[in-house]
Amino acid sequence: MSAHRDVLLKGGRLVDPSSKLDGIGDLLVRDGKIESVGGNIAAPADATVIDCTGQVVAPGFIDVHCHLREPGREDVETIATGARAAAAGGFTAVCAMPNTDPVTDNQAAVGFVLKQGKAAAAARVYPIGAISMGERGERLAEFGEMVGAGAIAVSDDGKPVVSAQLMRTALEYARTFGIPVADHCEDPTLAEGGAMNEGLVSARLGLKGIPSEAEEIMAIRDILLARRTGGHVHLCHMSTRGSVELIRWGKDRNIRVTAEVCPHHLSLTEAEVEGYDTHAKMNPPLRSADDVDALQQAVKDGTIDVIATDHAPHHYDEKEREFADAPNGIVGFETALAVNITWLVKPGIISLATLIDKMSCAPAKLFHLPGGTLRRGGAADVTVFDPAREWTVEPTRFFTKGRNTPYTGRTLTGLVACVLVDGRIVHTVKG
Amino acid sequence: MSAPLGKDLLGLEQLTAEQINLVLDTALPLKEISERTIKKVPTLRGATIVNLFFEASTRTRISFEFAEKRMSADTVNVGAAGSSVSKGETLVDTARNLEAMRIDMVVIRHPASGAAQFLAERIESNVINAGDGTHEHPTQGLLDLLTLRDHFGTIAGKKVCLCGDVLHSRVARSNIWGLTKLGAEVAVCGPRSLLPNAIEEMGVKVFDRIETAIEWADALNVLRLQLERMHAGYIPSLREYNRVFGVTRERLDRAPRDVLILHPGPMNRGVEIDSDVADGPHSVILNQVTNGVAIRMAVLYLLSGNTPQLAEAAKGIA
Repeated sequence: MSAHRDVLLKGGRLVDPSSKLDGIGDLLVRDGKIESVGGNIAAPADATVIDCTGQVVAPGFIDVHCHLREPGREDVETIATGARAAAAGGFTAVCAMPNTDPVTDNQAAVGFVLKQGKAAAAARVYPIGAISMGERGERLAEFGEMVGAGAIAVSDDGKPVVSAQLMRTALEYARTFGIPVADHCEDPTLAEGGAMNEGLVSARLGLKGIPSEAEEIMAIRDILLARRTGGHVHLCHMSTRGSVELIRWGKDRNIRVTAEVCPHHLSLTEAEVEGYDTHAKMNPPLRSADDVDALQQAVKDGTIDVIATDHAPHHYDEKEREFADAPNGIVGFETALAVNITWLVKPGIISLATLIDKMSCAPAKLFHLPGGTLRRGGAADVTVFDPAREWTVEPTRFFTKGRNTPYTGRTLTGLVACVLVDGRIVHTVKG
Repeated sequence: MSAPLGKDLLGLEQLTAEQINLVLDTALPLKEISERTIKKVPTLRGATIVNLFFEASTRTRISFEFAEKRMSADTVNVGAAGSSVSKGETLVDTARNLEAMRIDMVVIRHPASGAAQFLAERIESNVINAGDGTHEHPTQGLLDLLTLRDHFGTIAGKKVCLCGDVLHSRVARSNIWGLTKLGAEVAVCGPRSLLPNAIEEMGVKVFDRIETAIEWADALNVLRLQLERMHAGYIPSLREYNRVFGVTRERLDRAPRDVLILHPGPMNRGVEIDSDVADGPHSVILNQVTNGVAIRMAVLYLLSGNTPQLAEAAKGIA
């Protein structure tokens, strides 16, 4: 592979919690690696120089939870469009959930996702393998071969692992290969038929509610099984105050539990469902203001380790229908940073450095991925963004094929300016 | 001209007390039309109305159809079975196709909560919700209010208890909004497994025992207990339901005063209500049905842009 031109990011605010860096300086990228960081760096001959004045230069964001829909629903998203949209959102790497059609539950399927990801030449795409064959919750998938082929974690996301015994075995078996088991916590008997959070709004709208306990019961089961097995359980898209308290309980006892939260659960409440807006329909559902508050605090105090998008594109027609019949999920790549800045950083709940930790350093560390740092010699996966720039969400301008977002028309703060993956510019915004 | 109810009637939650009273006041003179030998006025002549029923219904559909016909509208009935819906057409496409035929109003009954609003936001015709999932059934709520007002003279201060499966009842929700807006005291009584968890936050009192509810109430609106609820495990058996929550003559006899009995139908005699009660002296169940036609005439009339002042005049034109 021919080496590409050096890139010099000039005069930005370098923020990298992994090396406790926060200050104005330059960053030089060469041969896909970070060549030097900080101070005034003279531009090498032929280098592409990017003026980063007024911008933040951060390690590229890593999304440990997204749905790229390929294979199976290429009409809704492909790995190429997803990886491109991810780059536009400042993500230099994304982890693709295996609930495609067919399910990514074997080494060949893992290899396909990797191959398509490389061809996309945008954000890196890491496959997550299924916990069980076909995500049917019956028999373990071949973790060993999938890891050998490039899977970085296992999950049956979209569905919970109903059998506690299967979850226990998965945690034990995954430990062998040093990968996390990411669980979609949902007691299916409590959640069955539910369309939104259970509460006053669901009672008024006549929609079947999903109680918080559907998530919390599975969360504590997983935490207890992690204690029993010593395996690493990663709890996906946590949405309730109760879950936060249970995770805190587990962490206090040094149980290997980590957790993620989505930007929408940090910013919106069940009130968005008023008027039966299917763009406010996702699983887990948008919860109460009290839950949002607890989740924000959990990001601040470290109970929640990472912010992940759960990017879930759907076809317009599938969302344009009766609420109970519409599919769950919203797109997330291209709004994540701005939502997080608008609802967490701007109000002073967390610092910009903490946000970068949750979106980059922590996911790299927990899922053992390259990047997540601006240290010299690290992978040149870098995101440059303007933390103060306001913009209005217009889904027709998205790179993702999905248009399903509850943020349409909202003015958010924080705009991605330039993204480097492996030292190569994969996204820039003019002006 | 500005319509007094707005473009659509989707639920009673969005209406003001004034708007609710307006419908009731408008219905009153229209009631008389159905008592005539020639039950027809030309008020809605030339208007085209589609009754779009995606769920089985006898009473509500026929009630709407009579209301429409007695006001001289041209009506078409569409059911889910045997229509393009059974060929997989979406709700929005069905509606747009109907609208392309230049209709004026759609009356919709649909199993999904929010379906009426979904439709209303996407077509220009007036939309009347004839029951959407477990959300609202506003014309039923209005006819219940009219029946109560006929009997008591006023609704303010009256104590009304909704009995039974409030969780799945669109009738209950419309009643709760309508009654509370008009100043009634509202309670619900039923097994906790059939009450929404947040029911008290909707401004109603909860009775666990039907005996206590009867002792408290001026009127009971007894909701239909659907057989499916038992199969879904919400209650152990219909037999026990009748023994614990059934509105029976024995229980009513012990009440300190006569309690008015309403039921939106169709009834499960011997389950939520005993025949002695349903057919008894304090039952106004058939008055509800009669009032249903008048309420629907009033709603059609008001939504079609007519002013309430003309209601009296409307019935005069034969």
